Amino acid sequence: MAYPYVSEREVRVISRYFGDPAARRIDTYVDRGGYGALRKAFGMGPDEVTDLVKASGLRGRGGAGFPTGVKWSFMPKEVRRPHYLLCNADESEPGTFKDRELMRWDPHQLVEGCLIAAYAIRASHVYIYCRGEFFEANQVLARAVEGAYEKGYAGKDILGSGNDIEVTVHQGAGAYICGEETGMMSSLEGRRGLPWVKPPFPAAAGAFGMPSTINNVETLSAVPHILANGSDWYRRWGTELSPGTKLFCVSGHVNKPGNYELPLGFPLAELIDDVCGGVRDGNALKAVIPGGSSVPIINAEEARACRLDYEGCVEVGTMLGCASVIVMDETTDMVKQVRRMVDFYAHESCGQCTPCREGSAWTAQIMRRIEDGDGSEEDLDTLMHMTQQMVGTTICVLSDSVAAPVQSSILKFRHDYLALMRRRETAGVA
Amino acid sequence: MSQELVTLTIDGREVSVPKGTTIIEAAKQIGTRVPHYCYHPGLSSPAMCRLCLVEVGGAPKPMPSCVTTVAEGQVVKTESERALWGRRGVLEFYLVNHPLDCPICDASGACDLQDHVHAEGREHGRSYEPKRVFGRDDFGGDVLFYGDRCVMCTRCVRFMSEVEQEDRLTVVDRGARSIIDTFYEEGLEGTYWHGNIVDVCPVGALLSKDFLHKARAWDLEHTPSICPNCSQGCNIDLHTRDNLVQRIKPRENLDVNAWWMCDYGRLEYEWINRGDRLEAPLVRGGSTASRAAGWSDALSGVLERARGAGNASVKAVAWPFASNEDLAALAALVDRLGGGEIVYRSARAAEERVLKGFPTLARRRDLAANRVGADLMGMERVGGDDASGGLDAVAAHDGIVLVLGDALADQSPDFGGYAALYVYLGTHDAPAAAHADFVLPVTTFAEQEGTFTNLQGRVQRFWPAMAPPGMARPAWLVLGALVAELTGAPAPRSAAEAFARLGQRVPAFGGIGYAELSARGALVNQTVSLAGD
Repeated sequence: MAYPYVSEREVRVISRYFGDPAARRIDTYVDRGGYGALRKAFGMGPDEVTDLVKASGLRGRGGAGFPTGVKWSFMPKEVRRPHYLLCNADESEPGTFKDRELMRWDPHQLVEGCLIAAYAIRASHVYIYCRGEFFEANQVLARAVEGAYEKGYAGKDILGSGNDIEVTVHQGAGAYICGEETGMMSSLEGRRGLPWVKPPFPAAAGAFGMPSTINNVETLSAVPHILANGSDWYRRWGTELSPGTKLFCVSGHVNKPGNYELPLGFPLAELIDDVCGGVRDGNALKAVIPGGSSVPIINAEEARACRLDYEGCVEVGTMLGCASVIVMDETTDMVKQVRRMVDFYAHESCGQCTPCREGSAWTAQIMRRIEDGDGSEEDLDTLMHMTQQMVGTTICVLSDSVAAPVQSSILKFRHDYLALMRRRETAGVA
Repeated sequence: MSQELVTLTIDGREVSVPKGTTIIEAAKQIGTRVPHYCYHPGLSSPAMCRLCLVEVGGAPKPMPSCVTTVAEGQVVKTESERALWGRRGVLEFYLVNHPLDCPICDASGACDLQDHVHAEGREHGRSYEPKRVFGRDDFGGDVLFYGDRCVMCTRCVRFMSEVEQEDRLTVVDRGARSIIDTFYEEGLEGTYWHGNIVDVCPVGALLSKDFLHKARAWDLEHTPSICPNCSQGCNIDLHTRDNLVQRIKPRENLDVNAWWMCDYGRLEYEWINRGDRLEAPLVRGGSTASRAAGWSDALSGVLERARGAGNASVKAVAWPFASNEDLAALAALVDRLGGGEIVYRSARAAEERVLKGFPTLARRRDLAANRVGADLMGMERVGGDDASGGLDAVAAHDGIVLVLGDALADQSPDFGGYAALYVYLGTHDAPAAAHADFVLPVTTFAEQEGTFTNLQGRVQRFWPAMAPPGMARPAWLVLGALVAELTGAPAPRSAAEAFARLGQRVPAFGGIGYAELSARGALVNQTVSLAGD
């Protein structure tokens, strides 16, 4: 198949139509059995659907890995006020490009997943909050939703079942923080995209003050398959605690970067060496960020021991996040790499919480100075100490994402920092 | 009304508070002030300054005490090592870009950032980086914005949108580039409550133009008082230095004005400072020019002339800026001299200016503090909404004429010319003093102790903030002395005694203990209809 790269090690469930433009058309999708899972769901009670997803062990693919069925079960069982399902399609974590592909190639799979989830949580309206820069994905998705309305899969009295579910695609305006669920709801409501303090949790008072559930694109895309094939089928892959398949977005210094759908628990070493064709130019591996730029960096040794599931990553001191594997070979300047990431977070901080607003910008200033060769070991101490103040002290976790690469890189690649300082000394600069 | 109480432990001390109370408010009950910037009891809580994080037993992370509600058996530590460590960190972050221009900052000495950093911050900063520079902006109205000092607590934005409900301020840009700004050019122009954003600003980012570089905070005396400028009776503090009012700040009273006051009341204080004061009793001999006299001579002169006037009837003009005690003493004197009518004139604005987010607070139509007090004592309002006219009967009166406070600026210069005896008790040199037989200098509310009655019928105390000029004395003391001479009973020696006598004269004020008025006041024993409405 032509899709950039594929591997025979893959288990292609949600990515099976990647590279196949025909899948975007509703007729093709229906011919291939699409919307059958929705029909099946309507034959079950909403709580049965939730229980099935709970049994499958599907975990949120947005990064936190919270069990999806459990999240759905937090929604009130009685509809006193409108319930909303929010699909988080504001994919903006550096290194991540799975949701974009899911929306571009298989939009109906997502729409169907949204409708099933909405039915399960008794939501009357689905909002798909799609990242503003994803022009193509927005268009494809809008066309898919239009098609679903035309064929009676969305809107009033879907498939004669009596269920009314509206679907709206909302185009974001391009702020990283709007991918944080409360920031997303603020933005959806037309306000500044500022995260808010929980409680209240979204299931109690979310978008527009109504009970809401927020799920990631990849999570919802997996739902039709679980409905169609059952929870045991889904558990054929992955581990006991992290069942199923997961898209891995591999970027960086590998020969074949791309999206690969693999069972959870897949060894990171095999992903790099086998699936992705190894590190480029036969270089040695230096470091890997397994879950997108906000998780701690691991060194080559840790990477070799890392199992790609939620628990396996924690064992080596990092997180699976959204499984955006950034591979760095020995030529990488770790200081520059981290400085670039910190710049990103400093730029994207919403500016509410003091530790994040001031801390991220300050960290970026220090990192820039170190990169320019004007740093000292005292700066490293300051960075280590000051970033600790940014972990767990803010409304959302953006500032934790600043701390993770800074702390992990200083701990594991201190020599990169010191080399920059020594270069200055040997150059004879006073 | 019974409220469910929750008992928790804060810093080792047990406290019981109503269910739903936040930890920060519960801590106040035991005298612990958790440091904070974005939290304000009169505004919503975004929990974004992260300074009020405290340790809560069972919670994995430190919790923002401004939004975390109390739970039964909860153990809260506001002074633990973890809590202090967190605050030290947050305070250091604030100082990374704060200009530390305290020596030229009006907020210095009354600055929450200064206080907290001194108390709990690091001894030395660790930032070598160049500081962010935003510069200054004129927000319109009475407000200047010093962007570099801002701690981004957004209290000002929330006050304007939630309390005044005029969306004039917002945060623009994000991250470390966030800054408070106005929309378009109008800024705060045309809003009536924006002075409060200077009060809620925890640092020197928002400053009053009126107060700019006028005095250092530590040189100011704070005296609890009542705003005299309308019948709402906002609780205020008079900030004085060199025996001058430098500024007025609202004082918390949830029954009257909460934490707020209007810009009109706040900035209408120049008259208190005016230098053209009456400083000594003046006695006029026949048609000759008046001469200064001592109090004994002046008062015995008044009594002699009054007795000489025989059974002449009395007409008196009172003043709605006078205290309850002053007005009661005037009424007592009128009675003792044989009775007569007392009128007063009071300016009325065209409309009320209601604070939408706290609608029981408004800049009222009556632009004087004690109109209700005068009404309750049976005095009658005369004249127009501009406090002029209505005194023809008094001007033509041939008996005894007493005028308290009213400058009579609109009256002809020979006012009182027909009177057998014309006594003027005033604060400032005024046209009314020109032909008075006796001019007796009295104090303003800022120089004496006493009470006002606001439009709810709430009697509220104020305290002397300034030394009276020369020989000026409170009107209740002067009038009380005259009454005492006429009755032979002892004169009141304190405002409290004068208030007690008011209680005996006017049932609406009966039984209210002066000491019990304390900081929040008490309602009179009579339903007060909103006069003139």
